[in-house]
Amino acid sequence: MPFRGQYQGSSFFELVEIDHPQLRPERPDGGFPGAGAMPSFPHGTTVLAFRFADGVVVAGDRLATEGHRVASRELQKVFPTDSHSLIAIAGAAGPAIEMARMLRIELEHYEKIEGEPLELEGKANKLSQMVRANLPAAMQGLVVVPLFAGYDPRRGIGRLWKYDVTGGRYEETEFDASGSGGLYARESIKKAFRPGLTRDEALLVGLQALADAADEDRATGGVDLARGIFPLVCFCTAAGVEEVDREAIERVYREQVLVARTRAGAR
Amino acid sequence: MSMPFYVSPEQLMQDKAEYARKGIARGKSIVALEYDKGIVLVAENPSRLTKIGEIYDRIAFAGVGKFSEFDQLRKIGVRFADVRGYAYSREDVRCMALANAYSQAIGDVFTREMKPLEVEVIVAEVGEPLLAGHEENVIFRVQFDGSISDHRGFCAIGGAVEGLDTFLRENYRTGLPLGDAVKLGRDALVGAANGAAPIAPERLEVCTLDRERPGRKFRRATADELRAILG
Repeated sequence: MPFRGQYQGSSFFELVEIDHPQLRPERPDGGFPGAGAMPSFPHGTTVLAFRFADGVVVAGDRLATEGHRVASRELQKVFPTDSHSLIAIAGAAGPAIEMARMLRIELEHYEKIEGEPLELEGKANKLSQMVRANLPAAMQGLVVVPLFAGYDPRRGIGRLWKYDVTGGRYEETEFDASGSGGLYARESIKKAFRPGLTRDEALLVGLQALADAADEDRATGGVDLARGIFPLVCFCTAAGVEEVDREAIERVYREQVLVARTRAGAR
Repeated sequence: MSMPFYVSPEQLMQDKAEYARKGIARGKSIVALEYDKGIVLVAENPSRLTKIGEIYDRIAFAGVGKFSEFDQLRKIGVRFADVRGYAYSREDVRCMALANAYSQAIGDVFTREMKPLEVEVIVAEVGEPLLAGHEENVIFRVQFDGSISDHRGFCAIGGAVEGLDTFLRENYRTGLPLGDAVKLGRDALVGAANGAAPIAPERLEVCTLDRERPGRKFRRATADELRAILG
């Protein structure tokens, strides 16, 4: 059959590699200019994920930086990959967003070809292979280090994984953060975290952590009240992925985060 | 030296067509019906090997005949659609392009290969009100020789097509609610099987393309839902 390609498996990522190499994500095979000659490109900064009573929370700030400049104030860094999993991206924005898109298609493709979805662990492993495939680009500076999180219906818990540039995959039992402000966000969560946080508490812990990261890291975007830009926060529970609406985030930010950080006497 | 027997092209095509028709007639039929909120596909299928599948956001597939052959076509369709959606946008994946590709591929096998594909497929796409030029539902049927036809309201494939078409022409009306459409589909299939006992809900495979669902419109009805509809 003419529109039948070579590839017969159930991975979209491999299908593109084998039958449609012109569409594959950029893969410099040593032919890429060295890091010194690298043109500047946007970077995504801080994302985090942690478990709470009903599942897992994934959140990210909205800033993309290009060197010392702002590349975007409203970058989306948290993406649902299917009904019960999410990816949060940090690093080179272009390849990272492409990886998030590819993972989403990959999971849907597998489900359609095989007739049932992958287990959460299988999804996390799939992402690991994509990060590993990005290694040559990472060596040239296009580093992508995502977080992956989801609700595991078999175990009835939220789970999360972090990755390194080589595709190393590490399951975190409670929380993690990634990106330039990830260290500060992580420390912040560590202080506030306890197992079984409620939904409201989880939202507050997430917003506090992002506020702490934005406080200490110039590349992490804080809340921009003038423009009405707020971090993106998603819950993933047995009911699926749900983005917290802006009004709820704004309320918690104004009433709890901002108040606690306002110096006495200041208005 | 052996002399090959001469077979006229007419005879060759007839033989192939007869072979394919026989293969298809051995299996059970499938009907696709437009209902008020989309398209529903109904198949008699007691097995776990499914005949109806999701291709893309608004596109579904159904096949009759030899399972291995139409399932292969289904997978090719999923790959075709996903690559298109990846290279362009999700809205650029269209039923017509896929149906044409199927028509070409199945027709090619029919003329070139010794053995034709013993399959017949339906490719259906639910309309999207916000997509100019694609507000309407689309149903295509592709036959074993690659011939393609465009259907409105309903479409049947399989060995009992003529009976199903007659039945549906008499009983189908536009704007049916989902429950009525599923019942009509079942009744048509019962009639096609020469009207013995009604088919139990457990023996039916029913999938919908529901215009009102966000994102992926395809959905497989559960046995409980079918029992609730069919009583």
